[in-house]
Amino acid sequence: MNFYGIKAIYLFEMARTWRTIMQSIASPVLSTSLYFIVFGSAIGSRMASIDGVSYGAFIVPGLIMLSILTESISNASFGIYMPKFTGTIYEVLSAPISAVETVIGYVGAAATKSIIIGTIILITARLFVDFSIAHPVWMIAFLVLTSVTFSLFGFIIGIWADSFQKLQIVPLMIVTPLAFLGGSFYSINMLPPFWQTIALFNPVVYLVSGFRWSFYGVADVGVGISLGMTLVFMLLCLAAIGWIFRTGYKIKA
Amino acid sequence: MKPLDSLEMPRPAGASDPIITVSGLTKTYASGFQALKKVDLEIRKGEIFALLGPNGAGKTTLISIICGIVNPSTGTVVADGHDIIRDFRPARTKIGLVPQELTTDAFESVWATVTFSRGLFGKPPNPAYLEKILKDLSLWEKRDSKIMTLSGGMKRRVMIAKALSHEPTILFLDEPTAGVDVELRRDMWEMVRGLRENGVTIILTTHYIEEAEEMADRIGVINKGEIVLVEDKHVLMQKLGKKQLTLHLQSPLSSLPAELQSANLQLSSDGTELVYTFDTQSQETGIAGLLRRLNEHGIDFKDLQTSESSLEEIFVSLVRGRA
Ligand SMILES: Nc1ncnc2c1ncn2[C@@H]1O[C@H](COP(=O)(O)OP(=O)(O)OP(=O)(O)O)[C@@H](O)[C@H]1O
Ligand SMILES: [Mg+2]
Repeated sequence: MNFYGIKAIYLFEMARTWRTIMQSIASPVLSTSLYFIVFGSAIGSRMASIDGVSYGAFIVPGLIMLSILTESISNASFGIYMPKFTGTIYEVLSAPISAVETVIGYVGAAATKSIIIGTIILITARLFVDFSIAHPVWMIAFLVLTSVTFSLFGFIIGIWADSFQKLQIVPLMIVTPLAFLGGSFYSINMLPPFWQTIALFNPVVYLVSGFRWSFYGVADVGVGISLGMTLVFMLLCLAAIGWIFRTGYKIKA
Repeated sequence: MKPLDSLEMPRPAGASDPIITVSGLTKTYASGFQALKKVDLEIRKGEIFALLGPNGAGKTTLISIICGIVNPSTGTVVADGHDIIRDFRPARTKIGLVPQELTTDAFESVWATVTFSRGLFGKPPNPAYLEKILKDLSLWEKRDSKIMTLSGGMKRRVMIAKALSHEPTILFLDEPTAGVDVELRRDMWEMVRGLRENGVTIILTTHYIEEAEEMADRIGVINKGEIVLVEDKHVLMQKLGKKQLTLHLQSPLSSLPAELQSANLQLSSDGTELVYTFDTQSQETGIAGLLRRLNEHGIDFKDLQTSESSLEEIFVSLVRGRA
């Protein structure tokens, strides 16, 4: 195992995060705070509570998930896309480092950043609304699992993309709609029956539901199913990455 | 002609052991273009090997395959006893690469980027060693500068520092002196020689023939994906030192007079031309004596021309010949 190599990639990526701290950490935190002010405090005070949870508190887990999803994808995809774009990837390809180690370095750093952002948002949220966490260990487990899974997904997008436009298009056209329709702002039980069924095809529903369960002990779908779906998606991503490295798809001519 | 062996410079012991063996290597890119056609090549331990060839010949492709950046289509490469694919870890640990393109992380500092490179290749930190490399390459003063603030020549040296950061024993330099001024080029040659003294095997590509002459122990020529020649530099230099004088005779000769017979003088098969080969490097070319003796034998010529085979010409004719 090339531990020095993993560490080098990890630290390189984290250094990039600190270098661009305004853009990489401050901006997602700021935009989420705005959600809390608008939906949590302003509108939320006029909304009925859902499943016995005040609306302001209800949206906290969903908003954290929303940030983690988008940040994991954009950070991991950018992290691997840039060296491809500038050509510095040559060094990683010529180094005695395996595919698994390379992924640990890049994805590990992206996931770390998401976890940091998620934690900061959690603390910030506490300034606006009152909430408690029923199952802290599960909360952390969902946070880490989601960060890692979507960083893997971002890594795949970064490898697949051969233009900045493609780099943006999946997060923008697919992930953001899924995330918004994934029950961050409402319980899917509030939807008409037909749309409830449709919603079950949205993987984000399971993430948000599971994460919310770890806070308030109530969920749209069973927590076991949430966990299972997250793991399935993670395995799919791992399989895709395994295939990418075996074939050299889009990284080696 | 002197025997070839006497021309060879003494080389360190074990110098002829191959450190890289390329066998039957082909590469067809996804576009369907065949960039390498059955390349066989051996690089000897401790030598400086210059790979020459026109644009698009396949030099970078060959190097990229050996370094793991491009997948080979067929064939194998063994570096320091390790298959570069099956055994990629030990093989790559030994290899350093300075690519043709200047690709650097613009926002990183010089120090950060060489530290990264060393770690990436699995070596524990060694600031003293990195300091020495940066000093040798006159980059120490720039260690905290962002790479984007450096000049092109400095960036080139940063690339070299990165390639050396993990103490490789095989170093690939893909056109190291492209766009580099004369002084820096001299420095680079010095540095390459210094590395060779320390036992590093060096493979460089270049378009400058004088660079190959100056630096290399052996020279390989590649054209259209095929190795067309691999030769000891001194052997090539010997061909280089030769000049030929061709005399077109007034009337054909059936044979050369006995006194004129020598290894240097040849009569063409139709008897209309005399070809005299001489060494431009020797004091006496013997041309004056030859002409005098021809005159004595009443051999008249209507025209004469001289030709010289420079390495450049050898190179061009090889490349043309296969076109
Ligand atoms: N990724 C690629 N896809 C398709 N063809 C390629 C690719 N890379 C290189 N080639 C082609 O392969 C051939 C050899 O290219 P290569 O870069 O190895 O040449 P070279 O000898 O290094 O040339 P130069 O002296 O210009 O650097 C060229 O015709 C080039 O167009
Ligand atoms: Mg090239």
